[in-house]
Amino acid sequence: MNTRALSKTDALVKALLVGASSVSVLVVALVLFFLLKEAVPFLSDSGRSTLFSTRWTPVSFQQEVYGILPLLSGSLLVTAIASTIAVPAGIGGAIYIAELAHPIEREILKPVIEVLAGIPSVVLGFFGLVVVAPLVKQVLGLPSGLTALTGALVLALMALPTVISISEDAIRAVPGTYKEASLALGAGELETIFKVVVPAALPGISAAVLLGIGRVIGETMAVMMVTGNAALLTLSPTESIRTITATIAAEMGEVPFGGTHYHALFLLGAILMLSTFSFNMAAMYAIRKAESK
Amino acid sequence: MVNALAWMKEEDPPSNPAKNRRGPMVEIRDLSVYYGDTQALHGVTMDIPDRQVTALIGPSGCGKSTLLRSLNRMNDITSNANTTGEILIQGQRILDPDTDVANLRKRVGMVFQKPNPFPKSIYDNVAFGPRVHGIRDKPALARVVEASLRRAALWNEVKDRLTDSAMTLSGGQQQRLCIARALAVGPDILLMDEPTSALDPAATFRIESLMDELRGDYTIVIVTHNMQQAARVSSLTGFLYEGRLIEFGDTKTIFTTPKESRTEDYITGRFG
Repeated sequence: MNTRALSKTDALVKALLVGASSVSVLVVALVLFFLLKEAVPFLSDSGRSTLFSTRWTPVSFQQEVYGILPLLSGSLLVTAIASTIAVPAGIGGAIYIAELAHPIEREILKPVIEVLAGIPSVVLGFFGLVVVAPLVKQVLGLPSGLTALTGALVLALMALPTVISISEDAIRAVPGTYKEASLALGAGELETIFKVVVPAALPGISAAVLLGIGRVIGETMAVMMVTGNAALLTLSPTESIRTITATIAAEMGEVPFGGTHYHALFLLGAILMLSTFSFNMAAMYAIRKAESK
Repeated sequence: MVNALAWMKEEDPPSNPAKNRRGPMVEIRDLSVYYGDTQALHGVTMDIPDRQVTALIGPSGCGKSTLLRSLNRMNDITSNANTTGEILIQGQRILDPDTDVANLRKRVGMVFQKPNPFPKSIYDNVAFGPRVHGIRDKPALARVVEASLRRAALWNEVKDRLTDSAMTLSGGQQQRLCIARALAVGPDILLMDEPTSALDPAATFRIESLMDELRGDYTIVIVTHNMQQAARVSSLTGFLYEGRLIEFGDTKTIFTTPKESRTEDYITGRFG
């Protein structure tokens, strides 16, 4: 092959790759565009005055109220509890598998965790309904097991494999020479893990936490099945709540096209997207700042 | 650099071992190390003198690193390693199961082949060891860090940037930082596993002159692939081949009139 042909192939391959990577950028831009296009009309609608009300009753005989506060608080509450459980448990599990587990244990644990990651969320929703909800009801003596806590537990279960497997990769990628240096200075095994290995793996662990929390915020099906779906403005984990995602999924099919309710749901979608987006940006900024230190 | 070359050309080893020789710091008796079914060391017996530089040379896989890593029990990390025989450091049997390994490694510092500073600040790298061994007092820590960096001839280069990441240093600076880090816990012995093999000649020279300065206060054992380096820095040299200590004695003798033909063959570059 002469050099001219080679440079032609090069150009072609380059064009293909540029095209492939532009597609994803384009898709993100389009999604955001249409989301905002359908959401913005709500802001000029008469319904907007009820936006910060504490009730979400988009279908009503008296007055339609589009208060997003209960939905925001619902999403926030579930995400916060689920992260509080999944992040420490996930990082702890990753440390154990990467550093302390016997090779045989690792051979068993890793595939099991990967299977857990592959369970469809609806199936986890079933599990939540049949196992977690009755358990929460019984242990806490509640009238109903369909609570924010139940949703958070199921979501934590979903985020756990993500946090574990990505953190574990990050921990195992830490050069063995760091560990040797620490041990040679007389540090113990656990001291070495927590003072040298984990700090060195922190950027990767942060990415794992981000992806895990991202999964929690965006999850729809499982939370819809186990949180009771009552749009209450509450910060109590033992109450029923409703998340933004569940609201969109439950109501989108019934809503009259182009009405106030329709635009309100798109606004919810836009809020959800912007909040995950800003969460990711903030976290990436924090990681970069920690790395440059 | 003129000075540097002058020093490197010096005929005599840095010190005369016959003079000012103290009792042995390390006594190794019939030491054998196995990795699973393979035997890496065969009954090595040698005395390493106090406050001298002892070099271990030999072709790759001859067991010199294994021997070095036995002295601070770093072979323990390798799960299938098995050691027999006896090592005494200042008369204390360090291979006993009830040896306090943390305390042993405090007394026997180690510098590795590739500079391996932690991805932390320069200060935190040096302070790591003292912190591990319980120094919490900030002024005391700062004193140890400064003294260690001065001892490793790095202080003047980093004193204004102690909070910078150690990763911003050059390779040679990183290796001196690793030496400072090892010195910070106050060892008696310094093990160096091919400490300059990843460095350029100028950085190598700085490490070698540093070893010369440290020689008076520390017992240094260095593993090296570089015969000229062994000749330059050490007063005693041990030649290992296939897990056995073939010859051990004054560096000058080993390099000029070796008793064993294998030693001579290796030193003159006929194999390895």
